[in-house]
Amino acid sequence: MEKAAFYILSFVIIISSVFMITRKNPVHSVLWMLLTFFSVAGIFIQLNAEFVAAIQVIVYAGAILVLYLFVVMLLNPKTHGFAKIPYRYGMTILVVIVFVLQIFMAASMSKVLGLKGMITSEKMAEIGNVKLFGAELFSTYIVPFEIASILLLVAMIGAIVLALRK
Amino acid sequence: MLLEHYLILSAVIFGIGMTGVLIQRNLILMFMSIELMLNAVNINLAAYSKYLSQISGQVFIIFIMSVAAAEAAVGLGLIVSFYRNKQTINSDEFKILKW
Repeated sequence: MEKAAFYILSFVIIISSVFMITRKNPVHSVLWMLLTFFSVAGIFIQLNAEFVAAIQVIVYAGAILVLYLFVVMLLNPKTHGFAKIPYRYGMTILVVIVFVLQIFMAASMSKVLGLKGMITSEKMAEIGNVKLFGAELFSTYIVPFEIASILLLVAMIGAIVLALRK
Repeated sequence: MLLEHYLILSAVIFGIGMTGVLIQRNLILMFMSIELMLNAVNINLAAYSKYLSQISGQVFIIFIMSVAAAEAAVGLGLIVSFYRNKQTINSDEFKILKW
C-alpha cells in the first residue's frame, strides 16, 4: 500500500514537472506545477510530516502559485519558446544527466550519517506531529525563526519598493 | 520504503528543475523551475528527518518555504518592473545591468 502510493505519487510528480517545463503557455505551466505541489504534499504525508504537507498546500499551492498566476495573467507575455541555440539542448541534457547520475551514485553508496534522534514514528503517532514540531521550532530554533520573520519583512518592503511607479 | 527511494525521487525532480532553468527563456517559468528545485530539497529534508528519527528537518522545511515566498515576492516584483521598462520578459533581453 505504502509502496503503491509512493510509486503513483512519484510518477505523477515526474510527469507533471516534465510537462511544466515543456509547455509554451505559461498558464498551463502554472497548472501543472499545482499538480506537482499537491503530489509533493502527498509525499510529505508519507514521511510523517503532516504539518509540512498542510503548509505545502496552503503556502505553495495557495499563495505562491496564485502570485505566479497573477503575474502571468497580468503581463500576458508572448511565448518566447525555448533557447535559440540548437546545441544548448544537448548541453543542457548532458549537464543534467551527469549531475543526476552523480547524485544517484552518492545516494546509493551513502550511509545514513548523524545521530539517531528519539522521535520515532510511534512517538510521533502518540504525541502528534504538530505538537512536536511546535516544541522544536519555538525552543531550539527560536532565533532562526525570528530571522525568517525579518527576512519576510525585508522581502515585503523590497517588493513594495520595486513595484512603486516612479 | 527505503531512504534511497526518496533521495532518487528528489534528485530526479531537482534535475528536471535544473533543465527548466537552463532551457526556458521566459523569466516567470525560470522562477517556477527554481521553486521546483526547492521542493526537491524539501523532500530530501523530510526523508532524512524521518529516517534519522528527528524533527529538525521538518523545521528547516519551514525556513526554506519562507525563503521561497520571499524570493517569489521580490522576483516577481523585479519581473513586473522589468516588463514596464522593456515590454517583454524574455531572459535574452535581461541585460540592462551591462554598462
